[in-house]
Amino acid sequence: MVPVFYYLILSAILFLCGVVGFLIKRNLITIFMSIELMLNGVNLSFVAFAAQWGHLSGQIFVFFVMVVAAAETAVGLAIIIAVYRTRETLNVDQVNLLKL
Amino acid sequence: MLHLVLFLVFGAMCVAGAVNLLIQKHPISSALSLVVVMASLAVEYLLLGAEFVAAVQVIVYAGAVMVLFVFVIMLLNAGEEELTKGSRVAMVLGVPGVLAGGLLIVWALIHDSGGNAVALGALPGFPQKIGALLFHEYLLPFEVTSVLVLIAILGAVFLAAKPETPPAPAGRKG
Repeated sequence: MVPVFYYLILSAILFLCGVVGFLIKRNLITIFMSIELMLNGVNLSFVAFAAQWGHLSGQIFVFFVMVVAAAETAVGLAIIIAVYRTRETLNVDQVNLLKL
Repeated sequence: MLHLVLFLVFGAMCVAGAVNLLIQKHPISSALSLVVVMASLAVEYLLLGAEFVAAVQVIVYAGAVMVLFVFVIMLLNAGEEELTKGSRVAMVLGVPGVLAGGLLIVWALIHDSGGNAVALGALPGFPQKIGALLFHEYLLPFEVTSVLVLIAILGAVFLAAKPETPPAPAGRKG
């Protein structure tokens, strides 16, 4: 038997690692990976709460979150490729203009 | 006991992978440590009994999504990132703020979540149960999701397509 809040604390740690990565990283792709890390942390708390309350709906929601994350990754990476084509850099400090 | 040991081992792997993602300078190393995080999260899902979610986590996240990431990193030939003034500001202001927020979250979790414990495989999420729920109660969100995926495919193809090059001079063409 493992208390549910162990799982919740693990998910909070993952989410915070994602937030820190989002703040301190300067590479567009790594920032994007930090967002994935945050989504994974949230998914873990969904599954933990599903187990706590005995509802399968939590696991269904994880499924939907995964679909949205996959769609977001596909579109986001396409945007990153388009940004790289016009600016030839992935550093977010140099991508600060809406128009070239 | 076994449950706790497995939880601690794979939770430690998870956290180590997440911290490694922050430390590494090269995007490929970050991507590979993200694979470690996702694989050990799949084990945590199995411990909670969510078999279908664990399988989807390995196939979709650790498989498809990370392949997409690695592919783009290789395609763009991304090198090591350099520290800039912006990242120093984020380090000085952001990290303490995030840590304070994190302490608040953890305190609230310990304080308010009660001592409920879950057994090994507490809520078995068999694929047939998930499928029955998905195609009865959650049919509309499921169908809307398919539209979302279609739009995402079209958007990705449109955004990543090469911009139209001006037509070559007529005389060159055979």
